[in-house]
Amino acid sequence: MRNHTPTPAARSRATRASAAACAVGVGLTAAACSSPAAASPGIDDETVKVGSHQPLTGPAAAGFSSISAATSAYFEYVNANGGIHGRTIEYVVKDDGYNPANTQTVVRELVQEDEVFAILGGLGTPTHSSVLDYLDQNGVPDLFVASGSTTWNQPEEYPSTFGFNADYVVEGAALAQYAADENPGAVVCVLGQDDDFGETFLEGVELALGAEGVATYQTYSTSNEDVTAQIGAMKEAGCEINLLATINGFTAMALGTAAQMGWFPQWYSSSSGGDYPTLVGFLGEDVGSQLLEGFVSANYLPNSPGGDWYELFQQINDEYNDGAPFDGNTVYGMSVGYLFAEALAQAGEDPTRESLVEAVESGELVGNGILPLTFGADDHAAYDGVGIAVVTKGVQDFVGATYRVDGETVSAADAEPVPLENDGIPTP
Amino acid sequence: MDRLVLLVSTGVARGLVIALFALSLVIIWRAARIVNFAQAAMAVMAVYVAFAIEAATGSYLLALLAALVTGALLGVAVERGLMRHVAGRTPMPGMIVAIGLVMVLQSLLGILFGAKHRPMTPVLSESPLYVGGVPVLSRYDLFVLVVALVVVVGLGLLFNRSTLGLQLRASAVAPEVSRLLGVRVPRMVTIGWMLSSAVAALAVLLLVPTELGLNAHSGDVLFVHAFTVAVLGGLDSPAGALLGGVVVGVLVSLVTGYASAGLAPLAVLALLTTVLLVRPGGIFAAKEARTA
Amino acid sequence: MTGIDTRTRSIVLRAAGLTALALAATFALDPFRNYQLAVIAATFCATAGLTLLVGLTGQLSLGHAVLMAAGGYGYALVAGPAAEAGLPGAARFALGLLGAVVISGAVGGLLGLAGARLRGPYLAGLTLALVIALPALATQVPGLGKDQGLGVPFEGVPGLLAGVMVVEQWHAWIAIVVAAVAVTPLVVLRSGRAGLRMRAVHGDEVAARLAGVSPARVKVGAFVVSSVAAGLGGAVLAVVTQNVGPGRYSLAFSLLLLVAVVVGGLGSVGGAAVGAALVVLLPWFVDTLASGLPADLEQRLSGNLAVAVFGALLIAVTVAWPGGLATATAGLRGRAGRRLSRTPPAGGVPSGLPPSEPRPDPRPITER
Repeated sequence: MRNHTPTPAARSRATRASAAACAVGVGLTAAACSSPAAASPGIDDETVKVGSHQPLTGPAAAGFSSISAATSAYFEYVNANGGIHGRTIEYVVKDDGYNPANTQTVVRELVQEDEVFAILGGLGTPTHSSVLDYLDQNGVPDLFVASGSTTWNQPEEYPSTFGFNADYVVEGAALAQYAADENPGAVVCVLGQDDDFGETFLEGVELALGAEGVATYQTYSTSNEDVTAQIGAMKEAGCEINLLATINGFTAMALGTAAQMGWFPQWYSSSSGGDYPTLVGFLGEDVGSQLLEGFVSANYLPNSPGGDWYELFQQINDEYNDGAPFDGNTVYGMSVGYLFAEALAQAGEDPTRESLVEAVESGELVGNGILPLTFGADDHAAYDGVGIAVVTKGVQDFVGATYRVDGETVSAADAEPVPLENDGIPTP
Repeated sequence: MDRLVLLVSTGVARGLVIALFALSLVIIWRAARIVNFAQAAMAVMAVYVAFAIEAATGSYLLALLAALVTGALLGVAVERGLMRHVAGRTPMPGMIVAIGLVMVLQSLLGILFGAKHRPMTPVLSESPLYVGGVPVLSRYDLFVLVVALVVVVGLGLLFNRSTLGLQLRASAVAPEVSRLLGVRVPRMVTIGWMLSSAVAALAVLLLVPTELGLNAHSGDVLFVHAFTVAVLGGLDSPAGALLGGVVVGVLVSLVTGYASAGLAPLAVLALLTTVLLVRPGGIFAAKEARTA
Repeated sequence: MTGIDTRTRSIVLRAAGLTALALAATFALDPFRNYQLAVIAATFCATAGLTLLVGLTGQLSLGHAVLMAAGGYGYALVAGPAAEAGLPGAARFALGLLGAVVISGAVGGLLGLAGARLRGPYLAGLTLALVIALPALATQVPGLGKDQGLGVPFEGVPGLLAGVMVVEQWHAWIAIVVAAVAVTPLVVLRSGRAGLRMRAVHGDEVAARLAGVSPARVKVGAFVVSSVAAGLGGAVLAVVTQNVGPGRYSLAFSLLLLVAVVVGGLGSVGGAAVGAALVVLLPWFVDTLASGLPADLEQRLSGNLAVAVFGALLIAVTVAWPGGLATATAGLRGRAGRRLSRTPPAGGVPSGLPPSEPRPDPRPITER
C-alpha cells in the first residue's frame, strides 16, 4: 500500500503548483488556497511551535491529562531560561478525547492551521496509529509517541516517527525475567488489556519464560470496570506472581479485587499502570499503602525520589505547574519535554524538519533515562531496557535490577543513569 | 467447581445492581411511556451529592439517604421542568429529549468535577465469606443483595398492596378512566419519576464502590446493560427486569471468566437478538400487556 | 408516470447543480477546511439516510455509527487487497465502494428485519447494544485489525488534476461526489411513491396494510437504503482518513448523528446537511473559542462544552420546534430556504414529529 503514497517533496511541489493555479485560475487570493510549504513551517528566529494530541477529556483523561501539563511546565521553564538557541518553545496541545476521529482532525489542524514544526508525544496506540500515514506523507517529524507499541519503530515505513516508551515487549520480558530471577519456579500469570498493549506485553513475557512459562493469560476490556472473573481465574490457577499489562485504574482494580477475595499474590506491573501515587489515588490512602507494599513495576525514567532529576522536576512543577500533584505522569511529561529540547539543541542553529529528524537519528541524544537511548538510523525506539522499581514503606524506587532486550534475548544489565547537567536545560 | 461458584455468585451480585437499575427504567416506562436515557446521568448526579455528604459527615447511611432524596428531587425536576412539555403520541420525542438531557448532564458533571475518578470505599469489610471453604461473596456483595431485595419487596408491596400503588397502576394503564375516577394522573406521573430516579440513584451508589470510582461516566455501562435487560424482559415487566438483570450479570461473568472479557458484549448482543427474534416485545411482554 | 419522471429529473438536475457548486467551492477553501468539508459530506450521507429512516418510517436507530463503520470496513477489506494486487486508483476505489455497499446493505438488511418486528424502544435497545458491541466485534472478528483498525490505500490526486489541487481538495471532491450519489436517490425515493408508503406505514400501519402496503417490506427497504447511504459515508471517511477503526464509531458519534437529524428537522434532507455541518464544525468551533481561556478551565470545557450545547439544542428543538430548524425558520424563509430543505409539497404528511396528544399513551406499545 505504501507504493501509492507520494513523497513529501512531490507533495509540496503539488502544493505550490495548486496554490498558483488556485490564485490565477479561480481569481481568489492565494491565502485562501494552500500556501506553498516554506523551508520548514513552525519555526522562526524567536519561536518554534510544536503540537500534540492528548486525551484531556473522555475516559482516558483521568489517567493521562496531567502529562501534557507537565510538558508545558517544563517548556515554560526552558523559555524562562532563554529557550533553545534563543528560541522559545510554543507547545500547542489539542484534546482528542482518546478518539481516533478527533485525533485525525486535531492533527490536521495542528499541521495545516497552526503549522507546527513537529508533533510531540502524541498519546495512545489506536489514536496515533490513525495519523501515522498522514504525518509521514506530509513530512512532519513525529517525535516520541506516548505509547509502548512497537508500531512506532518502523524506520523504513515511517522515517520520521519515533517512540518514547520502552516498548511493551521490553517491559514484559524484563518483568518476567525479574520474576524468574527472584523467585525461580514460581507460577507466573498475566493479566492484560484486550488489545495491542496486552498482546505485545505477553510476547515479551514469553520471550523470557517461553510459551509454557505463563500459567494463565487473562484479559480485561476497558469498557467493563469489573475484573472479578479474571482475578478468580488467576487465583484458581494458583498464580503466585501476576504480571500486569494494565492501565493504572485497572491495576488498582486487580489488586483491590484480589484483596476482596483474601488473595495476596505478588504484582508486577508495566510502567503504564504502575505509578504509586496514582494507584494510591484510586485505592484510597489506607488501603492503597497496605496493598501496594512490595509492588513491583518497570520504569526507565528518573522516577527515583530524592534523585537530581526528580527534585528538579518537583521544583519546576511547583513553579510552573501550580504545584499540581506530582507523580509518574509529571516525570514522564517533563522527560518528553527534555528530550525534545535536547533534539532541538542538537538540530543546529537553524533547525529544519530534516535536521531535527537527523539529530534524533544521530544517536547523540542521551535523554534523562536510567539507560542510554537507543535511537539510531535503524532504530526508532527510545529504550531497549527498563529498571525494576519496588514499593518499600510507601516509597517506590529502583532496586538496582535492570534488564535489556536485544532481539530475542533478555539479559541483566547495569543501569547507566544520565546525570543532570546545566539545570536540565540542554545545550548543543 | 470453585470457579463456577465464584463466577455465578459474582454474576448474581452484579446482576442485582443491573436488575435494580432496569427496574427503575420499567417504573418510568409504565408511568410515563418514556425510556429515560438520562437515568444514569441523573443517578450519577445524585451520587455526587451523596459523596459530598459522606465526605462531610462520614456517615454512609446519610449518604444513602441523600442519594435517594436527591434522586427523587431530580426526578421531579426533570418531569415537571422538562418532560411535561414534550408533546407526542409516540415515545420517540421523549427518548430524544432524554438523550439531549444525558448529554447536558454528563458534560456539566465533567466541567464541574473533571475527569478524575473519586474512589469510594465499600461500607462493609472487603473480606469474603466462605461457604464450605469456597470464598463466595464479599460482605459488600451481600449488602448489595440485601438492599436490592428490600427495594424489590418494598416496591412490590407499594404497587400491589397500597392505594397509591393502585392509583399509579391505574393511571399508567388507563389515564382517561383514572382521571374520571378522581385519580390525579399528572401527580401519579410525577411520583413515578420520583420512585424511578431514586431507585436508579441507589443502584449507582451500590455500583460505584465495586468500580474504579465516581466519574461522570460511572453509570454508562450500567445503563446500557440495564436498558438491554429491560428490553429483554419487556419494558412493562418488573419481573422481567429482575430476572433479566440476574441473567445478564451471570452471563457476563461466565463469559468473561471462561472465555474472554472481549466476548462479553457480544454475548449480551447475541442474547438480546435471540430473545427479540423469538419475542419482539421481550420475554414477559404478552402476559404483562394484558394484566398490567 | 410523466409527473414522476419530471420530478425525478428536476431532483437530479438540482442535485447536479448543488454538487457542481460544492465542487467549485472547494477552490475557496484551504486544505484543512477542505478536509472538514469532506468529513461533513461523509457525515451527510449518514444523516440523510437516518433522517429518512427516523422521520419517515419512525424507526429510531441508535446504531447508524455501526452502519458507517460497516461501510468503512467494507471499503478497506476490498480496496486494501485490490491495491496489493496492483489495481489502479479508480478501479480499486470503485470496488471498495461496492464492498461498502454490500456490507452496509447486509447489516442494514438484518437490522431492518429486526426493525420490522420491533417497536420504537425495542429497536433502539437492539441498535444500542450493537453500537456498544462494535469495539468487541472489531477485536474478536479476525481480519478487522482490532482496536487500531485497518489501513486504507491512499488515493492521491490523479495526474490530470495534480497541478490544480492538493490531496485534501481532491478528497473533498471524492466526498462530495459520493455524497451526491448516495443522497440523490434518497431524495427521489422520498418524494416518490416509496416516500408515501413510508409515511403511510408510520402514520398507521393497519391502514397502510389495508391500502395494500406491506409495512414489513417498506421498513426493511427503508433500513437498507438508509444503511447503504451511511455505509457510503463510512467508505468516504475511510478514504479521507486512510484508516477505519472502531474508536471513531462510538455511541457518542451515533448520538451526534441523531442530534444532526433532529436539529435539522426529521425527514428533511436539507436539514440533514445542515445538521451534518453542525456536528462536524461546532465542536471544533467551541474548542477554538475555549482555547483562549486559562488552562484549567479550558481543559474542563474542552470536549464537554460542545456536548452540552448539542444536548441543549436537542432538547430545545424537540420541545419548542418539533419540526427542527427546517420548520423553526418557516416563517422567515423564502424560496431559498424551501430549496434548501426540500420540504414535501403541501398535502404530504408533515415530516417532523407527530402532533401532540395527552400523554401517557395508554396503548401498550408492544402490542400495537
